[in-house]
Amino acid sequence: MRRLFLIAVPYLWLLALFLVPFVIVLRISFSDIALAIPPYTPIMDTSGGVLAGLLDLVSQFDLENYWFLTDDDLYWKAYLSSLQIAALSTFFTLLVGFPIAYAMARAPREWRATLMMLIILPFWTSFLIRVYAWIGILGTEGYLNQLLIGAGLIEDPLTILNTQIAVYIGIVYTYLPFMVLPIYAALERMEESLLEAAEDLGCNRITAFWLVTVPLAKTGIIAGCFLVFIPALGEFVIPSLLGGSDTLMIGKVLWEEFFSNRDWPVASTVAVILLLILIIPIILFQRNEQRLREEEGQ
Amino acid sequence: MAASPQNVFAPWDDAYEQPLIRFQNVTKTFGTFTAIEDLTLDIYAREFFALLGPSGCGKTTLMRMLAGFEKPTSGTITLDNQDLARVPPNRRPVNMMFQSYALFPHLNVFDNIAFGLKRSKMPKGEIPDRVDEMLRLTRLQQFAKRKPHQISGGQRQRVALARSLAKAPKLLLLDEPLGALDKKLRQDTQFELMDIQEKTGTTFVIVTHDQEEAMTVASRVAVMDAGVIVQVATPDMIYEAPNSVYVADFIGDVNLIPGYAAVTGNRAAISWGEGQPNIIAKTELKAGTKCTFAIRPEKIAISAEEPGDDVNKLQGKVLDIAYLGNISTYHVELAEGKVIKAQVANEQRVARRRFTWDDVVWLSFADTAGVVLTQ
Repeated sequence: MRRLFLIAVPYLWLLALFLVPFVIVLRISFSDIALAIPPYTPIMDTSGGVLAGLLDLVSQFDLENYWFLTDDDLYWKAYLSSLQIAALSTFFTLLVGFPIAYAMARAPREWRATLMMLIILPFWTSFLIRVYAWIGILGTEGYLNQLLIGAGLIEDPLTILNTQIAVYIGIVYTYLPFMVLPIYAALERMEESLLEAAEDLGCNRITAFWLVTVPLAKTGIIAGCFLVFIPALGEFVIPSLLGGSDTLMIGKVLWEEFFSNRDWPVASTVAVILLLILIIPIILFQRNEQRLREEEGQ
Repeated sequence: MAASPQNVFAPWDDAYEQPLIRFQNVTKTFGTFTAIEDLTLDIYAREFFALLGPSGCGKTTLMRMLAGFEKPTSGTITLDNQDLARVPPNRRPVNMMFQSYALFPHLNVFDNIAFGLKRSKMPKGEIPDRVDEMLRLTRLQQFAKRKPHQISGGQRQRVALARSLAKAPKLLLLDEPLGALDKKLRQDTQFELMDIQEKTGTTFVIVTHDQEEAMTVASRVAVMDAGVIVQVATPDMIYEAPNSVYVADFIGDVNLIPGYAAVTGNRAAISWGEGQPNIIAKTELKAGTKCTFAIRPEKIAISAEEPGDDVNKLQGKVLDIAYLGNISTYHVELAEGKVIKAQVANEQRVARRRFTWDDVVWLSFADTAGVVLTQ
C-alpha cells in the first residue's frame, strides 16, 4: 500500500502539472477563435448534460488550425529557423563549454568548488536582467564597440545587437552552465592515470585526448547538448530582446499569436507542434541518461 | 630467483655484461622536497628487479622517470645506451602497468589490449593475432568482449598486464601490481607473473612496499629509504646479509641487539647487557666499538635444558607464544629485561610442546647465525 502510494506520487504530479495542462492546450488547439473570455469556443458545453457535452467534444475535433499552420509559410520557416539557431548555438556552447569544463576538471582540487561557484553564480541574478545587460554591451553605443573603437581595432561601430549573432551570443551565454556542468561531471570522474596509460601505449597528447578524454566525456557532452538544445528551441526572451525583428523563432511567433493576435487556438497549435518536435530529442536524452546510469550501475 | 638456477643467472656479477638500464647520479626534486638523491643503479636485461621501500621513499618516482612521466632534475638515465632525457613516454620501448590498472572503461578487454598495438607500426592484420596471444598468455580468452567493469579485480589485473606486454617492450614497469588483490590471489599471481616474465624474457621492474612480494618474485631487490638506495642484492643476500639496521629491520622479523664489539680476527665479542655473556659472532667488519647484532628469530634454537656445544647461550623466561600454525614465535625475556624472539617449526602437535608460559628456557645460536652491523 505504501509502495503504491510512493509510486503514485510522481505520476499524480505528472498528471496534474503536465498531462492536464497539455490536454487543455491540445483541446484549445482544436477549437476556434471567438470573441469571448477566454477567446475561443467553449471546450465542453455541459448545458445539455455531461454525456452530450463529451459527444460534442469528440465531434468538434477538427484540424483546421493545423492546416492553417501549413498554409502560412511563416510557421514552418519559424520552426526551421528555430531548429537552426538552437542547433548552431548548441554547437557554439559546446565549443566554449568543453574547454571550461576541462580546465575545471584539471584544476587543483581545492580550486574546483570555487570554479563551480563561478559557473553557477550568474543564476543568482535575474535571467531577464542579464539579457538586458547584453543590450548595453552589444549595442552600437555599447561597451563592446566603445572598447574596440577605443583600442583602434575598428573605426565604425559594429552592428551586433538586433542580429542573429546577438541571439547566438545570448543563448551561448545563458545556457553555458548547462553544458559545462554535465561535461565537468564526466571529466572529473576520469582518472588522470588513463591519459598516462594512453601516452605510455604510444599516443601523443592529442590522440590521447581524442581516444580517451572525448569518449569518456561523451555522455556528458550528449547530456549538455540536449540541456541546451531543448530550451533553446522554444526560447522567447533572448530572440525578442537581442534578435530584433529579423530573427524568426517559434517562441516569438507563439508569443505574438497569444498576446498580440489573441488567437489562442493557433497559439496552442504552435505549442503542440513544438512539443512534438521536442519529444524526439527528449526521448533521446532520456535514453542517454539511462545508458549512463546502467554503466554506472556496476 | 625466478628465471633460472641461481648460479646461472647473475649478470650483475659479470664484468663484461652491459646493463640495460643505467641511472647515473640521478637526482629528482619537487620544489624543496628531494625525492631521489644522487642515485646510481644498473639493471640488467631479463632481470626481475624489485624496488622496495615504505611509501614516500622515492620508488614510484624512480619508476615514473623510467616511464617518462617525470624528468630527472640532474643526472642521466640510459636504456640500451640511449639517453632517455629527450624521449617522451610514447616513444620509449617501455610500458607500464599502473597501480590502478588504468584500463580504458569505454573499451572492452580486446580493444584495451589492442590499444597500444594500434598506435604502433604493426600491420593491421597482425594485431588480432597478437591480442589473442596475449589473451591466451593471461588466460582471458573468454573475457575478450567484456568491458573492464564486467570482470573481477584479478581479471582486470591480468588485462592490465596483457595490455602492457602486448607491444613487447624492452622494459616492463609494474607499479604495485598486486596491491589491489587479496592475499591468496596475490600469492597465486606472483607465481603467474614470474612465469610470464620467464616466458616473454622481458625485463621487469616492480615497485612494491610488500617485502614478501619482492622476495618472492625478484632476481634482485633494491631497498630504498628517503630517496636513497640502501642495499641492492639478491633476496637471500638481503635477508641473510643485510648491510644496515634499516634493511635488517625492513625485511622480515629480526632481533636487534645494540652493544659494543671488540673484534679479534674475524670474530667479534659483543658486550650488550649488564650481567649477560658476550655474544660471539663471525664478522668481516673492522668494527668500531659501537654496533648492532642482528639475528633472525628462526636462527635461534630454544630448549628446556642447557645446550651443550653452541657458542652463544642465553637464559630467559617465556613471556609470550604466538602460534601461527606451521610455526610458533616465542618471546623470551632475559634477566635484564631484553625480549628476544625465537621461532620454532611446529613439527609436533601443540599439546606435546615441552615448555609454556613462564618456563625457564635456553636460547642458543652459532657464531655464524647473525650479522654485526655498524650502520
